[in-house]
Amino acid sequence: MHEMSIALSIVEAVEERARQEGAGWISEIELLVGKLAGIEPESLKFCFSAAAAGTLAARALLAIEEPEGVGECGECGMIFPVNFYYAECPACRSLRVKIISGEEFLIQSMTIEEEEE
Amino acid sequence: MCDTCGCSTEGGAVLRKPGQSDYHVHVNEHEHAHGEHHSHEHGDHHHEGSGRKVVLEQDVLQKNNLLAERNRGYFEARKIFALNFLSSPGSGKTSLLEKIIPALQQCFPVAVIEGDQQTTNDADRIQALGVPVIQINTGSGCHLDALMVNRAMKELEMQNNSLLCIENVGNLVCPALFDLGEALKVVIISVTEGDDKPLKYPTMFHEADICILNKIDLLPYVEFDAAKCRENAMRVNHHLEWFELSAKTGEGLAALREWLEGKMAQH
Ligand SMILES: Nc1nc2c(ncn2[C@@H]2O[C@H](COP(=O)(O)OP(=O)(O)O)[C@@H](O)[C@H]2O)c(=O)[nH]1
Ligand SMILES: [Mg+2]
Ligand SMILES: [Zn+2]
Ligand SMILES: [Zn+2]
Ligand SMILES: [Zn+2]
Ligand SMILES: [Zn+2]
Repeated sequence: MHEMSIALSIVEAVEERARQEGAGWISEIELLVGKLAGIEPESLKFCFSAAAAGTLAARALLAIEEPEGVGECGECGMIFPVNFYYAECPACRSLRVKIISGEEFLIQSMTIEEEEE
Repeated sequence: MCDTCGCSTEGGAVLRKPGQSDYHVHVNEHEHAHGEHHSHEHGDHHHEGSGRKVVLEQDVLQKNNLLAERNRGYFEARKIFALNFLSSPGSGKTSLLEKIIPALQQCFPVAVIEGDQQTTNDADRIQALGVPVIQINTGSGCHLDALMVNRAMKELEMQNNSLLCIENVGNLVCPALFDLGEALKVVIISVTEGDDKPLKYPTMFHEADICILNKIDLLPYVEFDAAKCRENAMRVNHHLEWFELSAKTGEGLAALREWLEGKMAQH
């Protein structure tokens, strides 16, 4: 279950940064998970709650934005939506398609709160 | 707790060597100084009740990617050519290594890192060929990562100018996400699987550099369209280098061997 090891790396990355920032706890984490990134957002959310237990991110809300796949034809330059790697250019039928969006897998930002009183 | 040494390490990967039952190394991260809180003066802070947004824009796999780049640097400095072998369980990764290594060894030194959740069975099979080998047991983990390979390669007595074959855990999903620092990814599929496998696991075939169709000796007995499979693989990744062979009979092995020898000479 790779979502678990990925959830742990997210928790570690945000915790490290939150400590540098002197945060009390993390209330929200924004992720960018492209539709072609090979990550199942539901499964990631499920693992995240386990991975975050007992950390500064234990109560954090995981907000996941999922950019659509976009391809660019290597023959004619057409830009079009793709939902799989074996995209074919709708204009010239070429298979030389470069994925220009949809593979993102980023921690965008987080919201940190002061120490609790 | 670890069964072998009784240490308190929970889970995590373990390195083992064939025939050395008391040798094992836990793959742990160095201890982080997590205790160092910044002293935090509350003097002129505004307490607004709502939090403060901090922008990270950081790749989730950044840590693995950075370590993979270090492995890559190590391999380059020592002129080691590393291949990451990926497939479903049972497609024939270990069988292919057993068959091809004796021939490759005539031309250059070979070393192997074996990844499996449990047992040193595959490392034992490779050990019999007389090449340096180390087993990584990932426990519950379903893929190798750059840290495990980093530790394993330090334990392995590798000569400069070697070919390093890394057999990943049998799984077509997760290992695609974790760069190990290899030069090339080799995905293996056998004719007892479906010829639409490249379409079912596109991420893996998209990431791979070489695709090997194995067990072609069984083609007369199964319903598998090799040309269709190749076409499907090429639709996902038109840069794929394609080979068809049988690790059992050796048919088609020469083409792969020559291609690898060419790569070793170039790099
Ligand atoms: N008929 C046939 N069987 C093979 C071939 N390659 C591997 N096998 C068999 O497939 C099974 C799994 O092989 P193994 O190398 O352990 O697969 P791995 O899990 O990918 O390492 C074993 O029983 C092998 O003997 C082949 O080319 N032809
Ligand atoms: Mg094996
Ligand atoms: Zn997994
Ligand atoms: Zn086009
Ligand atoms: Zn131990
Ligand atoms: Zn840490």
